[in-house]
Amino acid sequence: MIEQSVLEEVLGVAMRTGGEFAEVFAEDRRNASAVLDDGRVEELTSGRDRGAGIRVVVGDTTGFAHTADLSEAGLIAAAEAAAAAARGGGGGANVVALTRGSASRGYDIETYPGDVPKARKVELLTRADEAARSVGDAISQVSVSYGDNRRRILVANSDGLFVEDETVRTFFAVSCVATGDTGMQTGRESVGHTIGFELFDMYDIDQLARNAADRALTKLAARPAPSGQMPVVIGSGGGGVLFHEACGHGLEADLVSKGASVFRGRVGQQVASKGVTVVDDGTMVREWGNIAVDDEGNPAQRNVLIEDGILTDYMWDHLRARKEGRRSSGNGRRQSYQNLPMVRMTNTYLLAGEEDPESIIASTPKGVYVKHLGGGQVNTATGDFVFGMTEAYLIEDGKVTEPLREGNLIGNGPEVLQRIDALGNDFAMGPPGTCGKDGQGVPVGDGVPTLRVSSLTIGGTAA
Amino acid sequence: MSDELLAIADRVVAMAKPGEQVEAVVVRGTETEIKVFGGDVESLSSAQSQGVGIRIVVDGRQGFAYAGSLDESAIAETLADARDNVSFATFDEFAGLAEPDGISIPVLDLYRDSMVSFDTADKIAMAIELERVVMAADPRISGIESAEYADSISEAAIASSTGIRTVGSETSCYVATYAMATEGDDTQTGFGFSVGREPSELDPSRAAIDAASRATRMLGAVQPPSGRLTVVLDPWVTAQFLGILGYTLDGDSVLKGRSLFADRLGESVGSSLLTLIDDPTDVRSFTATDADGEGLAARRNVLIENGMLQQFVHNAYSARRAGTVSTGNAVRGFKSTPSVGCLSVSLVPGTSDPAALIAGIDDGVLVQEVSGLHSGVNPVSGDFSTGAEGLRIRNGELAEPVREFTIASTLQKMLRDVQAVGNDLEFLPMNASGVSLVVADLTVSGS
Repeated sequence: MIEQSVLEEVLGVAMRTGGEFAEVFAEDRRNASAVLDDGRVEELTSGRDRGAGIRVVVGDTTGFAHTADLSEAGLIAAAEAAAAAARGGGGGANVVALTRGSASRGYDIETYPGDVPKARKVELLTRADEAARSVGDAISQVSVSYGDNRRRILVANSDGLFVEDETVRTFFAVSCVATGDTGMQTGRESVGHTIGFELFDMYDIDQLARNAADRALTKLAARPAPSGQMPVVIGSGGGGVLFHEACGHGLEADLVSKGASVFRGRVGQQVASKGVTVVDDGTMVREWGNIAVDDEGNPAQRNVLIEDGILTDYMWDHLRARKEGRRSSGNGRRQSYQNLPMVRMTNTYLLAGEEDPESIIASTPKGVYVKHLGGGQVNTATGDFVFGMTEAYLIEDGKVTEPLREGNLIGNGPEVLQRIDALGNDFAMGPPGTCGKDGQGVPVGDGVPTLRVSSLTIGGTAA
Repeated sequence: MSDELLAIADRVVAMAKPGEQVEAVVVRGTETEIKVFGGDVESLSSAQSQGVGIRIVVDGRQGFAYAGSLDESAIAETLADARDNVSFATFDEFAGLAEPDGISIPVLDLYRDSMVSFDTADKIAMAIELERVVMAADPRISGIESAEYADSISEAAIASSTGIRTVGSETSCYVATYAMATEGDDTQTGFGFSVGREPSELDPSRAAIDAASRATRMLGAVQPPSGRLTVVLDPWVTAQFLGILGYTLDGDSVLKGRSLFADRLGESVGSSLLTLIDDPTDVRSFTATDADGEGLAARRNVLIENGMLQQFVHNAYSARRAGTVSTGNAVRGFKSTPSVGCLSVSLVPGTSDPAALIAGIDDGVLVQEVSGLHSGVNPVSGDFSTGAEGLRIRNGELAEPVREFTIASTLQKMLRDVQAVGNDLEFLPMNASGVSLVVADLTVSGS
């Protein structure tokens, strides 16, 4: 994307006013998407974003500037702006010599989506629409979306790091509305992986569409969710968003260092039930949160955050790790070249236990079975978090019975982690997610086995 | 400056081939964001960005492409991509660009030179002062999660082969902070902010005091018992619900069978106390604009009047399909085609101040913050359930803080259950403004 000699020159300029660390992050991203709604392919969209973000660190201050101009002059102007923003006081030339490193993903993209005729992508939309509508007349609306992107990045910094990488992601989603005597309900299914068009060899699109339709239909007969506390069983692969919110964000070193996490100072302590092991793993091949290197050029890692209930470590980016005199854990990510990197999750999951999932439900006299979770949100300073249930059922006398309408569940991270009292042997990853933090969205994955929390507050309307 | 953007848009439009409708949206912006921590700058970002979005309609089919660059070569590639994308869309007799509707673009005071000339050192000073006042506000304040100053100067031009030709520029800025208060093992948080079109309109002290008092008053919060209660939504919370309500009134949702109010035009959908307007021409609003995303004049629309549903909002496409005219509600950035949405929605304020509203409630909850709106509110079914925190109301007075509970109902029922509308209209850093709102019979789910 940019010549090594130009990068060295630009980093030299960035460091000239006394910078302690400087970095060039360049990105060239192509997006393609197609949307079918109301029976029509509404449009195809193609987009391209290309540019570089430059940061300069002086003491505890980071200066940052970005530009869409990747010429030497454009980069030098951005480097000067970033250096000025960091208000470095010192002077003197600074020579930066880069050593090219390599990023290994461990697998190949089979079919680049950019090489696939647009007509084939459109055909997928139409097929999914027909499949969803075939489920029943009550399916009153269907929307289908396809998306792919190819993102090339380059990172070079004043420590001499120089690495380039390319990531390809492909995504497909079906959303249905069912209409009945009780009003309207919705159902959605999505799949996404860090792979090319071979995504469609992995999944049966017709089945995916029918599942989305079935989910909406099921909810037409749903009754209001209960309110108050009761045991909650979460289905395998239904969404690790529980852990993403209950502890994931609270284990991000930037929040910890500001005292904005209930997990501050708790490394080495028992923070979850025995048997609970939570991992954040950027190396999980083909998963939605998979990366070869993070957006600071550090290799992705498998990081164990909680092991058998004991907090083992936080997640780190370059800046926080540098302060603590340790290595980044490969969790420095950003939405685009227009943003500063932050500590972010990749694929966050809970390891499987040994119990039979059927027996977990059978041993729950009364409770809620959440088959699919929606999004969530957490206040890391208090630990209070919510997450939505998009497909849930009552458990009565150890059996899954009536469907429930949507709602949020609320709990406190450190408390909920201690209340996990059953772990199934049926681990599965969940659907692709986008994690939002400080206005930046990045792709993340999550996964769980069937598990039970002995008590959570369910935010329904029924007594 | 903006003339340059219009010239670029004109050049794209001039490349229209016979039979093609071509629209170009060209934007450029400068943004500064300063975060402070511990009395010093944590990060200072200064950025210029630009982009172009090109939409082409040929014989009832639409294609679109964008690029984050205004280079001649990028524009040419974008135009070619948009053209290529056209053929894959399904024929739609209503497809087409907006056309001039004779309504002149209002002249609004959205651009301030003082924003452009405001020195970076003064921005830094304002952010540092914000943090300082938070920390000094109360001995129980233990830190800040964030304290920041941000501003933007943006310009946009829209031109089309159907005769649209508009250009505008605007400035905005805000300060925002999240404070933490600690007592023993208990930590609670609270936020505060202030928005304006130029720095002199900002009130960092008020933002700081708000954040500190919201955090400290939550100390010692407990989970309330479950029950059905009267709830007072604070303006910030009301605004977030109005944003969702706006979705149910957009013409596209109505046409596609996703609006729970689709068949209710002219009927009563809520308390007679409710009058909901969308008014992007009110310059006090953070998202005020003179033109919508298709270059038509922004205008004041009354959506619900005294509880009666008056109209839906439309862009050119949804209006054509519904057999009506655009209400100037095309919403977009340069990376997407126009959707339909409210631009700046608010309730017409009532007469009671918040203290009077609270004084009239024997047993209730003041909700100062909600969480999980994206996961707990389904605007199609109307079901909602969100995390909440706030203060109990007992015998007309604010009592103990409560947290870790949810409030739930349906949007339909909530509109009918509105008991009072406050007079405390607040303009917020979002596309909705808020007032205090009293809603009866919400389900509180706690212990």
